[in-house]
Formats: sequence, structure tokens, C-alpha cells
Amino acid sequence: FAGLADVSISEDIPVEGEITVPVGSHSPDEDFSTLDEPVRDTIMRDLKAVGKKFVHVMYPKKSSTLLRDWDLWGPLVLCVSLALMLQGGSADSKDDGGPQFAEVFVIIWFGAVVITLNSKLLGGTISFFQSLCVLGYCVLPLTVAMLVCRLVLLAGSGTISFIVRLLVVLAMFGWSTLASTAFLADSQPPNRKALVVYPIFLFYFVISWMILTFTPQ
Amino acid sequence: ITACLVMHFAEFDDAANLLAANPDATTISIDEPVEIPKNQRDRLQEPGREEDDELLGTDDSDKTELLAGQKKSAPFWTFEYYQTFFDVDTYQVLDRIKGSVFPVPGKNFVRLYIRSNPDLYGPFWICATLVFTIAVSGNLSNFFIHLGKPTYRYVPEFRKVSIAATTIYAYAWLVPLALWGFLMWRNSKVMNIVSYSFLEIVCVYGYSLFIYIPTAILWIIPQKVVRWVLMMFSLCLSGSVLVMTFWPAVRDDNRRIALATVGTVVLLHALLSVGCLAYFFDAPEVDFPAPFIPAHNGTAVVTKSR
Repeated sequence: FAGLADVSISEDIPVEGEITVPVGSHSPDEDFSTLDEPVRDTIMRDLKAVGKKFVHVMYPKKSSTLLRDWDLWGPLVLCVSLALMLQGGSADSKDDGGPQFAEVFVIIWFGAVVITLNSKLLGGTISFFQSLCVLGYCVLPLTVAMLVCRLVLLAGSGTISFIVRLLVVLAMFGWSTLASTAFLADSQPPNRKALVVYPIFLFYFVISWMILTFTPQ
Repeated sequence: ITACLVMHFAEFDDAANLLAANPDATTISIDEPVEIPKNQRDRLQEPGREEDDELLGTDDSDKTELLAGQKKSAPFWTFEYYQTFFDVDTYQVLDRIKGSVFPVPGKNFVRLYIRSNPDLYGPFWICATLVFTIAVSGNLSNFFIHLGKPTYRYVPEFRKVSIAATTIYAYAWLVPLALWGFLMWRNSKVMNIVSYSFLEIVCVYGYSLFIYIPTAILWIIPQKVVRWVLMMFSLCLSGSVLVMTFWPAVRDDNRRIALATVGTVVLLHALLSVGCLAYFFDAPEVDFPAPFIPAHNGTAVVTKSR
């Protein structure tokens, strides 16, 4: 607009006109009124968004949907369910048992925040909440692993069950790490990718360790 | 200030020390390395002095010292200020880790690897890895030690993670703070050749802890001798990195204070490793199986069992 700096309108020419907003031209990002729709529609829309992201995590392709429309509902649901499933472990005293609910919660959220800060400090271009969203959603395979582990432990807790659990947790750990790397690696500067991926690896390793060492009462 | 330093060091033969004296002073870059005949040196000189002279050959150090003032210019409440502490590439971090694991005698870790670009990535993530490695290895080793016993039931011992985290992060951040404060105080009394910024000290401490990660994994082996040998080995390696870093900073001070400082550094380091070994890893064979006492004289065999 620099070229218009010296354009002047002489004062005897009236500037007039009409400004109309054409009705009905919605862009997908534009907010439309959701006050009048039934509550069911509102909830279903969010649920569908969350479900679509779950599918994206299970079949990680480089799509930008997960990144663009971030939400934190999915991570919250996953974190709470994982923390709940990790309860009920055996312990003689409180000090020796598995992680408490608050500890799991804090590890997941604080860990995700630290990793996000780390990638941003290293020069990543992803936004804070987008990264939190991806890291949270990629906990899904590990939550599935926890579910499977609890079911296997119902059947017995011998060596075979341990081996099955170990394999399941290892596979899901690999899946989580690969899925989150697939989403996050592109936004990092190329000569620092390993520096960003390693904390993600550590994060999911800790969660997998908590899942694997869960021993029921 | 430069003039004062010239007068202060006029008595030394080594012209090289003039440049090493105050790294922040503006200097003329020297293209060829300063040749100092070895026979001129005092035989009893500590090896640390050679590293000052050796490093003068590289004009990188001059340039980086000049550029150091321009680096952290963003105000501390902006994000960019903290980004300057993460201005490292993968190969740089790997190089620094390599330098901490294979200390070259006489080479100062800070001057050689950090070179006025201290980073917080290494110290933070090495400490995080060490915390979880110690907790996991301790848990695994206890599991294997107590495996055969009938009364043993596996517990994850998750509380130890928070204890490990507190200990290691406190060590890696509070000890450098104390050491930096101490060095600043001594610097005001005695003009030292070498002085470090707080972040450089944090960097050295952080990277020197790296050797404990494989050590902690190997501590799973339930043999007392093996564990102590490993501990001595890693203590020597990381201790030598620390000693070679801090000796040049205190050697011009009062002899006793210099030795006390370096001694304290090594002692705290040793305390950390001994403490971790004692607390997180149960001693192997702590419960002796009931000893088999052959009944020689027919009296009732007394078996000792715990």
C-alpha cells in the first residue's frame, strides 16, 4: 500500500456508496451461530472431531487436520482414563506402589508442556497448543496397551502374561513415538530433529514403563 | 583494564597468558600459534596451564569471545532470550557429550566445547534421562535380586522417581550456583585467569553427569565388585572433566583454597554417585539363604534364616 500514500481525494468529490455483506457466504473457519442448534448437535460435532483425530493417530499420515483444528478434549479423556486404569496397583506401603492418579496426570501434562517448550525453544514453528494436542492424542496407543494389559492380567500374572504384556507395550510405544514424530518432525529445523525427537521418546518410554510395571492387587 | 593486566602479568615469561588473562578484553587476533619452548616451562606446572596456551592457536576462541557480547541481547522477559540458550545443533550436543565421556587430559571442556555457547538443552535432558534411568534400573535390579524369594512381590517403587528427580536436579543446579557464587567472590579478591559464567558451569555439570547413564544401566548387574568398579570408573571420568575445568579457575588463588575447592567439587560428585548407588540399588545377596550346616555331632542343626 505504499503506492497509495500520495493519493489524495479532493474534497469536493463526495465519497459514498454502500457496503453490504453478502448473506450466506460462509467460509469454513467462520463462526456461525450455534446458539440455536440442539445440544446434541453441538456435542456430536465435538465428538466427531475427537473421533476423527483418534483415527488419524491410529493411521498416521501426514495430514494437517490434527494440527490445524487442535483440541484438548481427546488428550484429557486419554489422560484421565490412563490414570484411572493405573490405579488399583498393589503396594505394601504407599511409597512402594505404582504412581498415584495425580502423579500420572502431572507426568503426562507437565511432560507434554516441557516437550512443547523444548521444541519451541529449539526453533520449532508449531504452536504451543497444537503440539500439546498431538502429544496428548498420541497417548492413545498406550491407553489401548493399558487396556490390553489389564485384560491379560485378569487371566493371570505369570511369565507368559508378562511376555505378552511386554510385547504389546513395546509395540504401542513404538506406534506412539512414530505417530507423534510423523506429525511433529516437519515443523522442526532440519539439523535439530534428533534433539526434538529424543524427549518425545523419553516421554512415551516413561509412560510405557508405568504401564508395564503395573501389578494388580 | 587491559593496561593493568599487562602490568600485573609482566613478570610472567609466557606472553600467551596476556590473552588468556581477560577473555572479555578486546584483543588482536594472532594468526600463528604462539610458540613457547617447553624447556622454559616450570616442570612443576599443572597440566592445566598448557591448555590455555594450546587453545590460543585457534583464533576461533578470540572471535567467539568477541561475539559473546552480542549474543544474548534480547531482554529477559522475551521468548527469544531463552531461545539463545538452545542454540545448538544435534552434532554439537553429541560432540559435547563425547567430550564429557572421553576427557582429553589438559583440555578444558568449557573452552573446547562450550566456547561461549552454553546450552540448557544438554543439562536439562541429561538430568531427566538420568533420573528415569536410575529409577528404572534400580527397580529392575531389585527385581532381579529378589526374584527367587518366595515372600517377594514386585512393587514399582514409583515414589523413588520423585526422590531421584529432586536429588539430581538439585545437584545439577544448586551446586553450580554455589560454585559460581564462590568463584565470583574469589574473583573479586584474586584476579583469576579464567572465569566462567553461571550457565557454563551448569553446562559442565550437566554434561559431566552423562557418564552415569550407562553406569546406572550397568549397575543392574548384582555384583558388588562390579558396581564399585563401575562407580570408580565413572567417577574418575566425570570427576576429571570437572577438575580440568575448574582447576584453571582457582589455581592462582591461595593454594589451600584452590585445593579445597577442587576437592569439594570431587567430593560432592562422589557423594552423589555413592548415594544413588546405596539408595536406589539394593545390595546384592542381602538375604543369605539358610546356611547348610552339616550335623557333625548329632545335635540339632541350627539353621539361620531371616
